[in-house]
Amino acid sequence: MMQELLQSAPSWTKVGIFFGLAVLFLFVVLGFVTFAILSERKIMGFMQMRIGPNQVGGSWGLLQTVADVLKLLLKEDTIPKKADRPLYILAPVLAFAPAFMVLATLPFTNQFQFADIGVGLLYYIAISGITTIGVVTAGWASNNKYSLMGGMRAAAQMISYEVPLVMSLVGVVLLAGSLNLREIVAAQEDIWFIFLQPVGFIVFFIAAIAELNRVPFDLPEAESELVAGFHVEYSGFRWAFFMLAEYVYMFAMAALTTLLFLGGWHSLPFLDFIPGAVSFALKFSVVIYVLIWIRVSFPRLRADQLMEFAWKVLLPIALANIFLTALLKELF
Amino acid sequence: MDKNELTRLKKEAAEKAKAAAIKRRQEKERQASESGQDLELAKKKAAAAAKAKAAAAARAKAKAASTEKKEEESSVEPSPNEPLLQRYIQIIERQVGTDSYEEYYINRLSKDVPTILAKPHTYMDIAQVLKQQLHFDFLAELHGTDFETHIEVYVYLCSLQNGQSVVLKVKLDRDNPMIPSLVPLWKGADWPECEAYDLIGIKFSGHPNLKRILLGEDWIGYPLRKDYKPHDEGV
Amino acid sequence: MLRTEEMLLNVGPQHPSTHGVFRLVIKIEGEIIKEATPVIGYLHRGTEKLAENLQYTQIIPYTDRMDYLAAMTNNYVLCHAVETMANITVPDRAEYLRVITMELGRIASHLVWWGTYLLDLGATSPFLYAFREREMIINLLNELCGARLTFNYMRVGGVKWDAPDGWLEKVAEFIPYMREQLHGYHQLVTGNEIFLNRVKGVGTYTREEAIAYSLSGANLRCTGVKRDLRKDEPYSIYNRFSFGVPTREAGDAWSRYECRMEEIEESLKILEQAVAQFPSDGPILAKVPKIIKPPKGEAFIRIESPRGEIGCYIASDGKKEPYRLKFRRPSFYNLQILPKLLEGENMANLIAILGAIDIVLGEVDG
Repeated sequence: MMQELLQSAPSWTKVGIFFGLAVLFLFVVLGFVTFAILSERKIMGFMQMRIGPNQVGGSWGLLQTVADVLKLLLKEDTIPKKADRPLYILAPVLAFAPAFMVLATLPFTNQFQFADIGVGLLYYIAISGITTIGVVTAGWASNNKYSLMGGMRAAAQMISYEVPLVMSLVGVVLLAGSLNLREIVAAQEDIWFIFLQPVGFIVFFIAAIAELNRVPFDLPEAESELVAGFHVEYSGFRWAFFMLAEYVYMFAMAALTTLLFLGGWHSLPFLDFIPGAVSFALKFSVVIYVLIWIRVSFPRLRADQLMEFAWKVLLPIALANIFLTALLKELF
Repeated sequence: MDKNELTRLKKEAAEKAKAAAIKRRQEKERQASESGQDLELAKKKAAAAAKAKAAAAARAKAKAASTEKKEEESSVEPSPNEPLLQRYIQIIERQVGTDSYEEYYINRLSKDVPTILAKPHTYMDIAQVLKQQLHFDFLAELHGTDFETHIEVYVYLCSLQNGQSVVLKVKLDRDNPMIPSLVPLWKGADWPECEAYDLIGIKFSGHPNLKRILLGEDWIGYPLRKDYKPHDEGV
Repeated sequence: MLRTEEMLLNVGPQHPSTHGVFRLVIKIEGEIIKEATPVIGYLHRGTEKLAENLQYTQIIPYTDRMDYLAAMTNNYVLCHAVETMANITVPDRAEYLRVITMELGRIASHLVWWGTYLLDLGATSPFLYAFREREMIINLLNELCGARLTFNYMRVGGVKWDAPDGWLEKVAEFIPYMREQLHGYHQLVTGNEIFLNRVKGVGTYTREEAIAYSLSGANLRCTGVKRDLRKDEPYSIYNRFSFGVPTREAGDAWSRYECRMEEIEESLKILEQAVAQFPSDGPILAKVPKIIKPPKGEAFIRIESPRGEIGCYIASDGKKEPYRLKFRRPSFYNLQILPKLLEGENMANLIAILGAIDIVLGEVDG
């Protein structure tokens, strides 16, 4: 459907339809964020022998995040006197917009995709890099020393980890012979790439966590060191935008992992009756669960170790993986 | 075996002391009941004594203390730390001089710790000897006390290799308490000296960074001095 | 014109990792610390001044508030100092209760340290696990003396409350449980590569430096100095128990971590023996006068608290109040080495080093 719309002659109705669908999708994503946060809190609670939210919206705390968001909306919007005002206002937008933009190329099922562009994978990686600018801007514009340090850490970290992230994906691209996400999924009809590219998957997953700024790579907002890092001065809905960007990226990254390594909407051979969307959702949930699990278990890396790890460990492994994949592809 | 004997001896000594104390009390009561006039007189005397010059009182106190000590020493067996103290004193006398200290004794109240009372001008030299010759490498405690007649610095030193402790004390002039800092010898004396400066007002010359560590530089007065008046009295 | 500037950064007094109201003014170039100046005193309550107008028993609650994570040892050092001066013999049963509570307190204190240290390093779960076990200890102590943190349990000459029925059994049950949990702690954290990278070789000092700076407790033992006052100058009834003094040679944050974790095990050993030897009957308070008047003179008594050597100096003029009371607070002494350790380190190591010293601000500020 989307494909037809994209290729048809432009008109205001089509723009309207597109806009409407985008808004609908935004709400789907917001719904995901709402319950991702809740599930994260519930799972963390379960792992740490706590109860977690259980007051708002029944005994499962289903409306806890909604209440939190309402609270954020009501909060006073503070802008520090000495802050760089235009940049301070722009930063959350810069951080959030790319997070939503990358979702456009992700195919969630065989049919459901906004834009099926030839270089979908490249598009994702290129656009997601923009968020770094938003984070650095926030760190700088706040005119706070902790923010600045958080912003600088974020810049260094996200740029460094972009490299092994991309390199680890080259193997997948080599095997699939395409940068188009649908074709990559189609190439996994028989066997998922996680089995053909185990090394690539590990490097990708580590780099992905670093890109998401999650534990153990949460240095930009390291609470115990930098208080809150780059968003220390933000409050209310501006702050919520950073959180939103973070969780939307988590959504996107989990979806991307599913697409690239876990066979997208393909089910297991003997479970073919499961619809593609459900199959996708299940795998996606497993990835999210692992992300939360890692968050609960690990302490944080140190900045210099983080850099060393990216350049001296992950990158060589990723390069070796490319070489090996190319060799194997050539031979077999 | 030895320990048992020791405890038995101690117990006996304690019992003796108790008996003596009871006797003394009985004696006192008898005297008191003999005449009320005597009591009044005693009271007056006490008041007069209190009014007497502090220095004199202190001297009397010291005398009383020394006589008490003598009594104790005669009744209780000598402390196991006595030979250690004698050795320290010998080395100090050889290195610093025979008149470098005011007195030395075993403090029986404090687990028999050898105690040396230095003179202000020999304090640093004795500390040096204690550290370098006697290997007291660990400064466990440093603080000051305002005794109204004088201010005293109390330094508790340990030797980790020998497992010994010693107390070095020095009496300072209350109006201008000034003493060399021990930081060159023990780096651990840094903050305790700041604390003593902050709360008692002892100035440590040669201290690398003497500051009012707890109360802040704008605090008026030295709270642990006995004549300190809090500026928010009544709160 | 390109130039770099040194930045002055205030870490604290409100900062998640300064464990209370500790302030550190650091001069940084990028993330590298050029100079660090600790500022303390925000929690100074003048305990020593207040004590000069209080009777000895009335001072005990004040000691609870110094090292509020291990209040039992604070209680004990004051009582022990007065007992030593006044030559009071404490009944056996009271001594056993004291040792059990002190060792429980030591475990609780180390647990808080373990949890918060890992929280500082970015791991959230260990904190909650540690607090689960600590809660059990606190419940035990609560059952004994009706307070969870500020116990006010010990008295000159003994303890205030006898163990309620079944209390010792609960302590005995806790010991194997804690051992099992400790095993789990090691599995979760001790082997973690990220954790090891964060603490190994961080904040290293030599044995000579540790002694020169008057460090004590695990901060001293991590450099290979085998010093524990419970062993070296036995007080109370510690000579009746067999336990080890864990030491390490490296002198870094990792060896401090290892020492403390092993100390928990040693404390459990002491607890086990103390519970087994516990006298079935007897008084819990020696016959002491209502108003205690130690003889004229002075005494300085030291014992081993979870954080190091805690000492109590009493100058008595024979009255019911002390003429001068002074506590040697181990955190105060241990913190002195911090500026030296921080020079040239980065922000992340600041937290790792400060946390490894294990300070309690109530104790630093007195």
